[in-house]
Order: sequence, then C-alpha cells, then structure tokens
Amino acid sequence: MLAAVVMLAAGVAHGGDVDPEVLAAQARRIAAVRRATPAAVSIFAGESGGGSGVLISRDGHVVTNFHVVQSAGPAFTCGLDDGVLRDAVLVGVDPTGDLALLKLLGDEFAHPAELADSDDVQVGDECFVLGNPFLLGTDLRPSVSAGIVSGVHRYQFPAGTILEYTDCIQVDAAINPGNSGGGLFDQAGRLIGVNGRASFEKRGRVNVGVGYAISANQVRYFLGMLRAGRICDHATLGATVSSSVDGRVVVSDILESSDAWRRGLRYDDEIVAFAGRPVRTVNAFKNVLGILPAGWQVPLSIRSSGRRRDLLVRLAAVHSEAKLAELAGLDRDAAEPPTARTTDADTPRSVRGLYERRAGYANHHFQVVERDRVAAAVVAAGRGLPRGPWTLAGTIEAGGEFRLELSDATASLDLPTGTSTLAAGDEFDQQPVPPGSGGLLPALVLWRRLVLEGPAAVGQTVYRGTAPGNPATFTAGARAELVDVVESSVAGVVARFFVGASGRVEAIDLWTRPDGDPCEVRLLYRDAAAAGELPVAIEARVGTVPFATLVVGPPAVPPEASP
Amino acid sequence: MTRRVALAVFVATTMVELVRAEASPQTVAAAAARSVVKIYGAGGVRGLEAYQSGVIMSPDGRIVTAMSTVLDSEGIDCVLDDGRRFEAKLVGVDPRRELAILSIAAADLPVLATASVRATAGTRVFAVSNLFGVAVGDERASVQRGVVAAVVPLEARRGAADAPYRGDAYVLDFTTNNPGSPGGALVDGQGRLIGVIGKELRATANGIWLNYAMPIDEVLRGCEAIDAGIASLPATAEAPAFDVRRLGIVLVPNLLDRTPPFVEAIAPGSAAARAGLEVDDLIVAVGPRAVGTRVGVEKEVGAIREGDPVRLALIRDGVVVECDLGPRPATETTP
Repeated sequence: MLAAVVMLAAGVAHGGDVDPEVLAAQARRIAAVRRATPAAVSIFAGESGGGSGVLISRDGHVVTNFHVVQSAGPAFTCGLDDGVLRDAVLVGVDPTGDLALLKLLGDEFAHPAELADSDDVQVGDECFVLGNPFLLGTDLRPSVSAGIVSGVHRYQFPAGTILEYTDCIQVDAAINPGNSGGGLFDQAGRLIGVNGRASFEKRGRVNVGVGYAISANQVRYFLGMLRAGRICDHATLGATVSSSVDGRVVVSDILESSDAWRRGLRYDDEIVAFAGRPVRTVNAFKNVLGILPAGWQVPLSIRSSGRRRDLLVRLAAVHSEAKLAELAGLDRDAAEPPTARTTDADTPRSVRGLYERRAGYANHHFQVVERDRVAAAVVAAGRGLPRGPWTLAGTIEAGGEFRLELSDATASLDLPTGTSTLAAGDEFDQQPVPPGSGGLLPALVLWRRLVLEGPAAVGQTVYRGTAPGNPATFTAGARAELVDVVESSVAGVVARFFVGASGRVEAIDLWTRPDGDPCEVRLLYRDAAAAGELPVAIEARVGTVPFATLVVGPPAVPPEASP
Repeated sequence: MTRRVALAVFVATTMVELVRAEASPQTVAAAAARSVVKIYGAGGVRGLEAYQSGVIMSPDGRIVTAMSTVLDSEGIDCVLDDGRRFEAKLVGVDPRRELAILSIAAADLPVLATASVRATAGTRVFAVSNLFGVAVGDERASVQRGVVAAVVPLEARRGAADAPYRGDAYVLDFTTNNPGSPGGALVDGQGRLIGVIGKELRATANGIWLNYAMPIDEVLRGCEAIDAGIASLPATAEAPAFDVRRLGIVLVPNLLDRTPPFVEAIAPGSAAARAGLEVDDLIVAVGPRAVGTRVGVEKEVGAIREGDPVRLALIRDGVVVECDLGPRPATETTP
C-alpha cells in the first residue's frame, strides 16, 4: 500500500497524471514558439562574426543590433528556419540605440513577427528568446530559451561605449553571445523586444540570468528612420533634469537655444509627464527620452510656479552628422562630397543595385526607395485635385473672412489684416507672410506643388522617416499614430510635410531660419473625405502662438473659372 | 502503518492542491518585490559591490540581509519598493549564518508570509533581489524563476575561508547569486518567503559559482539568536584602539580602510598562543560584537574594560572557533 502511494506521488511528478493546466500551458508555449520561429534570423557577418535578427515585414526587413552589423560592410548572409541561406543588405543603423535594419533579398516572407506594445509587458510574464547563441545554429534553426520578465523600464548606463539601453526589458531567459539582435517574444509569440545586452561580470561572458532587450516600442519609433537608410540619431530636450530634495524631477539646466526654452521651460520647473508617459524619477525621464528619435515633437507636461502647463516640445539631435557617421563606423564617408556615389566595383556582388554609399546615410539606396514610395502616395492622393488655381474661402475662427488663391504663378491670402502675395521664383525666407504667421503662405504654396507635381517640384527632398502625425494627441506605444515625413529644402526655406496613410498631407512645418520657430500648419479634412478633396480647415501657429484657424465655408463669391 | 499511509496520501493530495492554488507569476512577483529593499553601504571597489538586497521581516521596519562588507559603513541606506529612502541601524549580526538585521524607522511595511515547512527539490521558486543594482529608487527589484535543485549543506569557499554556515541550503538551478543579490527573497509559487539569498560563493571542489539560499527556518533561528544577544551585537561606536600585539596577535598589515582581520603571526608564549589562536584565523567577533576590519578588532578590544576577559570568535577552515585570551591588559602608551 505504501508502494502504491509512492507510485501515486511519482505519477504526479512524471507524467502519467500531469495537471491538465500544466499540459495546456506547455501546449500554448509550443504554439507560441512555432508561431515566432519563422521570423528568427541567423546573421552571418563574415569575419566580424554574426548574431541574430528578427524578420518584421513581409518584404524582408530584419531588425538586429547595431553591434552585430558594425564594421561588417553592407552585405550579409542570413538564414531562416527553413534552412535556406539568403543574401541581405544593410538598410539603416542606430548606433546610440544599438539597432540596425537589414533587408533580405528575394521572396515575400509570409511570417514576419508581430510587434507587440512593449508597454503592456509586466514583470512575471512568460517570455522566450529565439536566436543563434554561440553561433550554434549551423542548420539555421534558432535556439529557444524560456524565462520570465524580471524587470521593465530598466535604464542601463552606456557600457563604456555609446550603447545606452533605455526603457529596456530585463529577462531571466538565457541570453548569450550570439543572441544579440534576436527576438524576445511574449507568450503569444509576439515580438516584445530585441535582445542585445546582458550583465556579465566575474563569471565570464555567459548568461547569469540577467539579459536586456530593447523594447518593441523603441523599434517601432525608429523603424521609419531605419527604413529610410539613415544613420539615426537620438533626441535631447536641451535640458537636464535631477531629483529635488522632495523627490520631484526638476529642470537643473537648460539651453536657451532649445525649443523647450522657447516654449517656456525654465530652471526648477517640475517634469510631470513626457511623450505620453508619467515621469516620477530621473530614470523615468531618461527612459522616455532614450527611445525617441531626434526631430520629433512630443507633449511635455510641467508644473511651473504651482501651475500645470502642457507644452509641445521639439527634440533636437544629440550628435552632429559628422559625429554620427563616426559612431556608425562610416566616417570614411564624411570626407567625401555628399554627391559621391559608390561604383559597382566597390559593392559586394550580392547587393549590387541595392547599396549606395553616401555621407549621412547607412545606405542611400533605401532613402531613394522610401522617398519615391511616399511621393507616389502623395501624388496618387492628389490625383483628383484641380490642376488649375485653387481657391479656398471662408471664415476665420477669431472673426472675419479669408480668401486663399494658389496657382502655379502666384499665391495670395486675403485676411482682415491685409493681403499677402507671393510670386513664383520668390525667395521664401524673405517672405514669411502673412506677417506674424512665420510663413503660412509659402507653406501652402509648397504644399500645392508637392501634391500636384511630386517632390521634384519642391527642391531637394529627403524622406526623414516617421513622426507623430499630431503631437498634441501623441499616445505612447502601439497606439502612437506615426506618419511619413518628407523634408524639402527650397527657395531659402525648409519644409517638412507630414503624410498620412492615405497619402494626404496632414501637416506642414516651415522654417524660414534654422534656429527659429517654424510656422506649423495643420490641414483638416472631412472625416470621410475622398481622394482629391481639399481641406475644410487650415490651422496655423508659430511656437505656442496661434496665428489663425481658417474654416473653409461656402464660397463668399463663386469660384472663378480656370484660365 | 495505516496512519502513516493515510498521512502520506494526505501530503500527496495537499501537494496537488497547492500546485493548483499557485497565484499568477505576475502577482507573486509584484507582492514579493514590495517586501524586498535595496541596501546601500560600503564598497564600490572592484569585486566588492556597495549594494545588496534585504527582506522586510516586520511591519515596523526589521530587515534581514546578508552580513557583508556592505554593512561596514557609518551610514547604511535602505530604499523601499515605493522609493522611500531610510537610514538603517544595524541591530546585530549572526556570524555563523552570515545574517544581519537592520532596522528602519518605518511603519505598516508589507511583510511576506513565511513557509512553515522546508521546500523540497523540484519546488518552483522565484528569486527577488536587486541584482547588479539595476533597480534604483522606486524601480522594482528583479524577479527570476527556477527550481530548487537540492537541499544540501554548502561546500564552498570565499576568499581564504570556507563559508561558516554548515546547515542545509537550497541549491537553485538558476543564477540567483549575482552581485547585489545577497539578502534577497526566495519565494514559492504562492509567494511565501521560503529563504534568503546568500552571498556569492564558489564551490571548493570545482570553482563553480553557487546559486543558493538559506532556508527561512534557519534565517528565523538566526534572527532569534541576534535578538537574544547570543549571536552578536553591532560594533561599538567610540572606543580607543587597543594594540592587539600586546595580546600576542599580529594582524595583516592595515593596507586598506577595511582590511579584514586575518591573523598573520602569533607571538610565542603570548596570551594568544596560550588561547590557541592560529595563523590565518579570521577574527569575526570580539565578545558579542561583530567585527569585519582590523580597525574594528582594535576598537572592540579597546572597549573591553581592563581585567575583563577578551573572547574572540574566529573562522578557521570554515568553522567558527571561540577563544578566551584571558583578562585584558591595561592600556599603555607604546614606547
């Protein structure tokens, strides 16, 4: 009888009678690993070694660590779980955030990883890691290690290098050399992070149960910039913060040349929230800032002299372009004129036609690809618009009426305060008209040209990546509404066009001088607007000062016939 | 016989019930982390971290942690899970178990339930500690998951001496004993405190770093010993240093502020020689008071009144040895 009891106990432990919940959990884990495995990539970088990566798009984009691709040239060999080796080309790099983007050549890839919202990850969540530790996967099948999330929103100081890990996810799943760049997945098999760092100390460079992954949200925020072939830069507020004696996060230093200063941020102001997240500690502030790309405009809530204020701040770049190129290990390019192009002879055979070296870019080829993609969308969305002059008229929210006329040759805006005009060929930086708008009329002129004729008509254009379409309503994480940004330098001004998924231009920022505040224009369309409809309202402001909201109404006078 | 079988069946079914009753890992992790504190003290030089972990043992601020050089500091700070920072007082240490009790002036702190029976090999556990000091302020201690691999005595060494603790330890199958981990919590699937993470140790046999925790029953016995004063009291704050050469003890040269009090030589025929002190002994206590440095030994002997017995606790070959050196000589100015 005693023996029977022992057998019963053994049965509990060894499978005859396993708790159905345990079996169900195991089945879920196996399913999640199966789901994620087709997205696991082994990266071979020749003499530089290699690492891991994750497939994140059907057209073959693979995200990995910068330190995996660093000084490995533009060509890679990658393996997927199907056992097939494929060529891949470098697309973009983020040396500060330790991210890089490759593109696999060839097919459609049916099973990219799904990016989860990493802000939803909790300590204790099941997770697993797919990758190529110690480059063991000679059959190209990834190794799996499972664990739990040990910590979230971790801040890791730069480890003797520039690789600062902010807002990262800490896990006890084994992360070893070679796992770098591979995916961290949640229990549904969705991508929550990119493994890149581990705490190693006196025990040698092997896992001690403390690994760190770059959050999926950081990947999400930088993906547009990486796809654009750029060397990405991180952001600075132009101010430093510290903990006050009573534990508040306060501004301890601020540059008077910063956008934050112009928006009213001052010494000793308390930071309450930043980019859609609460800020209670200095590390929390660094965590929010560290995952944002340079150039974004995001909300900042402060408490100043006892009063809460909600600002929008524009984040400046941390590094100069030359410094960035040096960090990216591409400083050899900096000495070359910006127009220098690679010849085929310089390019590894496998990626010919897909790689173009140019100062400021990891791979200029993809800058052209992305710019053309957005340009085509803008032009397609503008196809129904009249080719002739556009006339928009209606009321101004603050009172009075307006009339806007835009044509190829001239532009004019009638306001109660007077009429502003521009002619083709004007240098716009001399004409930030109407007075006090910072350049509303030049912004609208360039908008019409871009929409009707494409980027070639608005000077030198670059695709910058993605940014919040409406910074005032920015939501952190997967719900962040990011739109494509095309920047044009023409007639003495710089204009950034924010292009929504429909190809419609939703906003324009126009600078007539580099260090000042731009004219910020928002174009509002009917909810169910069809392609080829003009906006129903135009808002303009400079810095925090609203200029005017123009509401297009029934025309005060019938539209004139096109000439 | 029948009763024994009945008991065994009861235990078996209870175990199944317990497995079913496990809370979610997220809940266990959050609750355990609230009772783990970050401790900051002395250190900061290579290989000696200035931080470790501790577990809240009472709502009014008793904290158990590992006895280590981190505590050799005038100011020990404890940072709670909610970010509040307290200066901690060292209540006492148990050199045999290498445990220490701190106290902070707080109230209504969260205390974990403790397990009433020893965990067995195969028990699923969570380790919660501030490993590598990654969490600061109100950031949560790190949580790792694994299994108790064995319940066995330690076979370990650290520096020149073995670990003094000779009782059972939970040997763990995951890397729990990292820099900063000592003093952290080991909890079971229901979130009950079953052990306290020990100091970093390597196995004597093969040099492998050990991952282990002291079972909570041993921890509680250590706490009782400290409270009863039979373990050890904290260092005396102010006492004139006494030159222990006058007892026949030559300590290793005082090269660092915190040179450990290893015996370098014994004067033949001295009180130390008569009491049986040996070269390479490490002095861990003078009377009831723990010492960790050469300077500490000199101060504590100085605090003993002339004529009172000088009793030392030593670690020799991993075992605590006690020696009575007889009455303390009068203080004399050295020539």
